[in-house]
Amino acid sequence: MTLLRSRPGTDGERDTAPPALPAARRAPAVWARDLAMGMRFAAGGGREGWIRTALTAAGVALGVAVLLLGASAPTLMNAWHAREKARENLGQAHPPPPGDRTLLYASANTTFHGTAIRGRLVRPDGTRPPVPPGLDHLPGPGRMVVSPALKELLDSPGAGLLRERLGAYRIAGVIGDEGLQGPRELTYLAQSTTLGERDGYRIDHFGKNWEPRPLTAPATVLVIMTCVALLTPVMVFIGTSVRFGNERRERRLAALRLVGADVRTTRRIASGEALFGSLLGLLGGGLLFLAARQLAPAITLWDINVYSADVAPGPVTALLIAVLVPAAAVLVTLVAQRGVTVEPLGVVRHRPPVRRRLWWRLALPVLSALLLVPLVLRHRQPWDDTPVNTFRLAAGSTLLLFGITALLPWLVERVVGRLRGGPVPWQLAVRRLQLNSGPATRAVSGITVAVAGAIAIHMLMTGMQTGYAAAYAKSGQVPRISFWGHTDTWRSTERALAALRATPGVTAAHGTIDLNAGRMPAPGRDLSRDLPAVLTVGSCAELRHLARLPACKDGDVFVTDARPDRDTGITPGATLNLNPPLVYGEPAGRPRPWTVPPAARAARLLPSGDGHPRYYDLLLTPAALDPARYTAPDMQLDVDFDRGTPDAVEHIRNTAARIGPTMYESSSVDNPHDRQLDGVRTALFTGAVITLLLIGAGLIISTVEQLHERRRLLSVLDAHGTRRATLGWSVLWQTALPVALGLALAVTCGLTLGTLLLTIIGTGLAVDWAGIAGITAIGAAVILFVTALSLPPLWRMMRPDGLRTE
Amino acid sequence: MSIGHTLLGLLESGPRHGYDLKRAFDEHFGQDRPLHYGQVYSTMSRLLKNGLVEVDGVEAGAGPERKRYAITDAGVTDVAQWLARPEKPEPYLQSTLYTKVVLALMTGRDAAELLDGQRTEHLRLMRGLTERKRSGDLADQLICDHALFHLEADLRWLELTAARLDKLAAAVRG
Amino acid sequence: MTPEGSLLAAEGLRKAYGPTPALDGADFSIHPGEVVAVMGPSGSGKSTLLHCLAGIIRPDSGTVRYGPHTLTDLSDTHRSALRRTDFGFVFQFGQLVPELTCLENVALPLRLNATRRKAAEHRARDWLERLEVDDVAAKRPGEISGGQGQRVAVARALAPQPRVVFADEPTGALDSLNGERVLTLLTDAARDTSAAVVLVTHEARVAAYADREIVVRDGRVKDMAGRI
Repeated sequence: MTLLRSRPGTDGERDTAPPALPAARRAPAVWARDLAMGMRFAAGGGREGWIRTALTAAGVALGVAVLLLGASAPTLMNAWHAREKARENLGQAHPPPPGDRTLLYASANTTFHGTAIRGRLVRPDGTRPPVPPGLDHLPGPGRMVVSPALKELLDSPGAGLLRERLGAYRIAGVIGDEGLQGPRELTYLAQSTTLGERDGYRIDHFGKNWEPRPLTAPATVLVIMTCVALLTPVMVFIGTSVRFGNERRERRLAALRLVGADVRTTRRIASGEALFGSLLGLLGGGLLFLAARQLAPAITLWDINVYSADVAPGPVTALLIAVLVPAAAVLVTLVAQRGVTVEPLGVVRHRPPVRRRLWWRLALPVLSALLLVPLVLRHRQPWDDTPVNTFRLAAGSTLLLFGITALLPWLVERVVGRLRGGPVPWQLAVRRLQLNSGPATRAVSGITVAVAGAIAIHMLMTGMQTGYAAAYAKSGQVPRISFWGHTDTWRSTERALAALRATPGVTAAHGTIDLNAGRMPAPGRDLSRDLPAVLTVGSCAELRHLARLPACKDGDVFVTDARPDRDTGITPGATLNLNPPLVYGEPAGRPRPWTVPPAARAARLLPSGDGHPRYYDLLLTPAALDPARYTAPDMQLDVDFDRGTPDAVEHIRNTAARIGPTMYESSSVDNPHDRQLDGVRTALFTGAVITLLLIGAGLIISTVEQLHERRRLLSVLDAHGTRRATLGWSVLWQTALPVALGLALAVTCGLTLGTLLLTIIGTGLAVDWAGIAGITAIGAAVILFVTALSLPPLWRMMRPDGLRTE
Repeated sequence: MSIGHTLLGLLESGPRHGYDLKRAFDEHFGQDRPLHYGQVYSTMSRLLKNGLVEVDGVEAGAGPERKRYAITDAGVTDVAQWLARPEKPEPYLQSTLYTKVVLALMTGRDAAELLDGQRTEHLRLMRGLTERKRSGDLADQLICDHALFHLEADLRWLELTAARLDKLAAAVRG
Repeated sequence: MTPEGSLLAAEGLRKAYGPTPALDGADFSIHPGEVVAVMGPSGSGKSTLLHCLAGIIRPDSGTVRYGPHTLTDLSDTHRSALRRTDFGFVFQFGQLVPELTCLENVALPLRLNATRRKAAEHRARDWLERLEVDDVAAKRPGEISGGQGQRVAVARALAPQPRVVFADEPTGALDSLNGERVLTLLTDAARDTSAAVVLVTHEARVAAYADREIVVRDGRVKDMAGRI
């Protein structure tokens, strides 16, 4: 065995000078040699060796894949935003004058059966208009280009009403991938011949959008915690898999020691074995990542859906992952060897039940508390999204999660150590855990971190969304859809109302024209902090819908009690500016004075149906103000419908599209938060299931191996007439105890962490008990799963074959 | 060791001259102590007197008197009884037992049976010694243990021989 | 060989593992309170005979009778129950549950027989005392010597007061002195409770503790008692 260095003799060399130790000089060569030898063992270790290699590889592969996917998130979001920016122009501060290279641009978004469809209308001013990515040229007049997903939707049998809504345009082509955010995006771009100057705005190029906001602190915490929660079980799995078949490996290493290998050599050889699995795993992880990103087009999470090609980690990150994960696997192997010395005649474990000390295990949670508690204590102030706070939040949460891991072995030992008595299977399981709580603790740590992470993430997400979602849900209870869009005259508004009232399912439609007015500029009068007043124009019937009017005929004007406590300057006889600046600090346009008729009377506003207050300062009948003097008039239409009529909402939207395709819809009939939260919940749930399965797989491995090691004992117990059920139950308890402990801790820690985080960011608490119950149920299922899979080997080991000494 | 029984056993396979008997004995059993002619003739004359052998014929010739001996029925019975009777377990029994085993094999008798009988005898004695040891004082125990270890060594030899009977049979007959 | 009045009797046992027969028509019987040594070279089928007699495995053919029961006709569940209540076992090594204390190990068969924990552990303590190892009651098997472990195992086999104790090379891993002591304690205790002992061994000095011995050779049993 030339690969093994023999230890220098101690006696024979006393007289002669010891030969110069070549080891130091040749250290890299020695390392390479021993690692290579370990790898050869891993590859040639028979069935058991291959199983261990495969398990290590599987663990590393999962870790690598998860990390690569996680590392792809920033690039993915960048790509997603870049695609949006490239095809968009949200308006230019100084609109270009019409020319050969300009076009009129307007949004014509719509919703169909709860799914948002992005629509854009263009009307080129000349022959060389800008063209967004994904298109060779703009569609011709009355034509549109659609995304493949929209084309598919339009072709589907249930989309008759959508076909009708977009019926004004013929499909002239399909938008290429570079013009879409994701493969499942629904979008169209149509050339409208009727698009008016007032319906949209003029642009001369695409590729202008707001920069995406950097992730808020809670979102950063979310991302970090997701990674931690996903990776911990993977590390646990790797930890379990590299320990698989330890006994045989130790025997082999002992044999090597017998022929002269030293302790460090055996450690290096063991590392080599783990390294082989890790390298295989690295390869597998890469392949797994490539396979997983092929699934990206099919997944929509938080309304984000991307192309496979956009799922790519940065090169530096990828390199780091490729180096660090296999290194971690080797490290775990070395840690597993800690306290174990392979002697030539066997294995010596120097760790007679170590008393686990508490003090250092408390360090991490204490550190985390130091970071988080001050944030909690000043929670009366609104959350301040500074980098320091973000760091504290992220570091605090992560430390807390890891701190639990450090605290767990101590806790498990304490809890299990206190258990006494009970029936035989229970006693066997408890005693087993008392004697060797290592695998159990690893499983518990994995479960705790993963599930606690999932619960905290879920709480954080729901908490962040809970305000919006609740408001949405409340509004959604009223069957009402509102639209607003450009209008010219009361007559056209009335036509729109008539059309809506004639739509199937509509029970009532009300509408007014809204204008703004402000105080007239005057020397010494600071208007910069004025809120523009709202003037609303409508027939007596429509105005009566808004306010209690004393009497009304066309030409009347009413001053309301919208802002009784404030001096708005809106009084009968006052002169108002009909062209006020709408945004603070915006340069005011040319004032358009208008005098409130002195005969204007007072009127009291009625509360709106959905409980929101109304802010109409002046109510005008159509004859009270010449439409020519309107500045930026908008019509506001509220449509009530009957939920019982099928597709009433879609019919209303079709009517609205006919009235004006650029009309904005504001409604709460489709709550996007539900879908977003459902998606996240499904994802977290799936993650928790995968995590628990992974930990379950680790438990099966260690359980079966443990059964294998005690084959003889099982046969002896069988000889004594032990019922199979007795040992079956003991396996169940042995699995159930750590998993249950882990889940209990996970729920406690998750709720604590979640509450802490929500208190810090100052949002309401919402606990998803159903989700927690679900995760607990999965935990129970994993226990049964592990037990069920361990039973056949148990029965097999209980055969009397084990009694034969040969 | 009984030379008489051994020579009788050798005669069972057929009549032999005295000279042949000596040669056969030396070949199988006399590794370190070859037989004198005198021993052969005195033993044969005792066996003749007891009617266990008879003189089959005399070859006259130049050399010493050459008698050919054959075994009688009484002789065969005597050999069988001797073989079947376990020896009293005692130290250095092996040579006797070995002779018995080889003779049993040569005469086509069940050598395994012979060994089993001997081991039963050994064990009976060992049981007795064990019983004595259990009730006796320390001196008794030490004395009994001495005997027990010797007997155990014999028994091991018996077992080993039993396990090698086939090989031995081939060597003896071949 | 007189099966009349015997406690446990086997007739014509055959058992093969694959093509090689381990037992080839073996007969056996044992009386209450009798200690029978089963001897024979390794691989001769001694242990297989013990496993068949104890109902741990079912022979391919032949019958094992135990009192009124025909063991070979009983279901696995019944045989297991019988082993729990009527039989005790001592093996060469690796038989104590490493996680349980010695006391709990001895109490284990009692508890498998649905004895309450307190009562079982009380009785277990008596047996540990009787086998002179009550000082290791609270220790785990990993912390005691081989001789002590084997005494604990004997205590465990005897604690439920079985009618037959099966001991497979019970002193195989012990030095002479410890082995002798364990055998003395085992056979004394068995005689006191008039339990029959089937003592599988390849050592004559161990077999000398028995009342009689049988030899298993090539799967067949030779009863040496018949030769005297």
